[in-house]
Amino acid sequence: MIPPAAPARLIDAPSFSTSRFRAEREADWIAFDLLLTKLEKKGAAALTSDELLQLPLLYRATLSSLSIARATSLDKALLDHLEALSIRGYFLVYGVRESRWNRLRRFFLYDWPAAVRSVWKETLIISLIILLGALTSYSLVASNPEWYFNFVPEEMSGGRDPRATAEFLQSTLGHGKAAASKGESGLHVFATYLFTHNSQVSILSFALGFAFGVPTMMLEYYQGIGLGAMMAVFSAKGLGYDFGGWLFIHGTTELFAAALSGAAGLRIGTAVVFPGARGRLQAAADAGRTAGKVMVGVILMLFTAGLLEGFGRQLITDTLLRYAIGALMLLFWLAYYYIPRREDVT
Amino acid sequence: MSAAAETNARQRAARAKKIRQFITPEGVDLELKIAGSGLRFGALLVDLILIQLALLLFWLAVLWIGVASQSDVTEVIWMLGAFLLRTFWFIGFELGSRAATPGKRLMGIRVVARDGGRLTADAVVARNLIRELEIFLPLMMLGVGVAEDAVSGWLMLAGVLWSLTLSLFLLFNRDRMRMGDLIAGTWVVMAQRVKLDADIGVEAAGDAMVFSEAELAVYGIFELQELERVLRGRDPRAMREVADAIRAKIGRAIAEEDDVFLLSYYRQLKARLERKLLFGKRREDKYASD
Repeated sequence: MIPPAAPARLIDAPSFSTSRFRAEREADWIAFDLLLTKLEKKGAAALTSDELLQLPLLYRATLSSLSIARATSLDKALLDHLEALSIRGYFLVYGVRESRWNRLRRFFLYDWPAAVRSVWKETLIISLIILLGALTSYSLVASNPEWYFNFVPEEMSGGRDPRATAEFLQSTLGHGKAAASKGESGLHVFATYLFTHNSQVSILSFALGFAFGVPTMMLEYYQGIGLGAMMAVFSAKGLGYDFGGWLFIHGTTELFAAALSGAAGLRIGTAVVFPGARGRLQAAADAGRTAGKVMVGVILMLFTAGLLEGFGRQLITDTLLRYAIGALMLLFWLAYYYIPRREDVT
Repeated sequence: MSAAAETNARQRAARAKKIRQFITPEGVDLELKIAGSGLRFGALLVDLILIQLALLLFWLAVLWIGVASQSDVTEVIWMLGAFLLRTFWFIGFELGSRAATPGKRLMGIRVVARDGGRLTADAVVARNLIRELEIFLPLMMLGVGVAEDAVSGWLMLAGVLWSLTLSLFLLFNRDRMRMGDLIAGTWVVMAQRVKLDADIGVEAAGDAMVFSEAELAVYGIFELQELERVLRGRDPRAMREVADAIRAKIGRAIAEEDDVFLLSYYRQLKARLERKLLFGKRREDKYASD
């Protein structure tokens, strides 16, 4: 005869209890928490080799605790803690693979030029668009100077318009008396202003890319328009050669950077319109990462251009030297970006 | 009764909608929770205020140097500093190991790569350069409209609205992605610190009373965890209310202290529900069948 079920207490602590589970594992969680805090505050270099070896072990112990707790425990505080700890641990254990210095080195040696190389088609298109803009306004202004006022706003031109005398135009290029009397005090202010302004325009032309690239192309076309109109005004007074030098010294760097920022925007735009075999979101994300690298480079290039424009152009007044520096910069950028190199193996 | 059951179910569904599967190489789903738009906005606000403060301090320092040296270097530092701070504040902080600006840290959120991989520097740069557009395009539209009276009010309104749809893009998608998140392939998720609270299931007082199976069968997991919250809160008035509600429900007279009663009940209810959980039976709330 089977004895009746024990009428004693139904609620007896079972042999597996979540309290015992917690008591056994709690030390690991606390140790992991401390280790993570140390890692966050002082970086991986501050950990001893013992602690480094402990890190993945504790991480796995915590993840396994999380799995068990989810299946067996109803203690919300415990579950929330383990979840937060695991998330924090995951991103620290899998997130840091490279020191900042290595990252920086790889960016300059490989990532930056590779990103620029990969948008070569877009760069070509944007360059053509800028050129087209310049040609349009050049031909229009050359045939009828009145067009100039449609292209270049009054406050931007600073008197450099078709009505100005050749002498005045000459002076704006840094040859005449006016330039000499202006002195050199404001140069760095000028350079800084140019840098921040140009950077913002470039960031905008990149950021507008996701609207299928159309605003980007318009912005770049507009840049070309202003350029061409100015060119027409100066060459009509026989100053084309001098104006070229004035523009060339920094223009090669600056226009290259403008073209690259447009190319980065266009890359995103085309990825959104023609995602190919990938999902649209995935395509946009891939394009965005390449474009992001290009944009860091663009900001650095614009910084160089700002220096050349603010200092170089004001201090160097010899037109031939200006051409030489501009050409040298262009060659440097072209070589840096497009000369093939062995890929980074790490 | 059924209305309350529905509310509970709806709340659970709303919580589940924010959770995204995120499986580590070890095969554990971390169940990341998407950060809400309010937190995102709060974080942005805090960051903008901090940037302004930093600029102000910087400006005072520069002013002091400027007075000392009487040169226009100050102007350069001011322009360059403002630009660099604005552009690289977000990038710099998000490149750190916590992938969060001070504002985000305060709100307990962080940036994460959508594909579960490493958050790369280019993704951080891309998502933050887009911010320039999201914040400043509406402002620029307003600025242009104000500067040129010729632009009609309606046109300006259209421009501002158009640029606002870009800025408020995160309100229109389930994953609360900004334009920048979309382009960079990132998410912003909850990353709060949760302190490990004491285990209230093992305290000695837990065995003071014994409840019958029928008395424990009235509640589910939702109620258990609410009870846990009250017990951890240690607010006497809340404990009194909850204890009275439970007593009324199971038909017990007031005989012992509230905290002793609640702790015993909590512990035995938890043991019962956890035992059921081990057998694969998860009773979400009191409306679910036992």
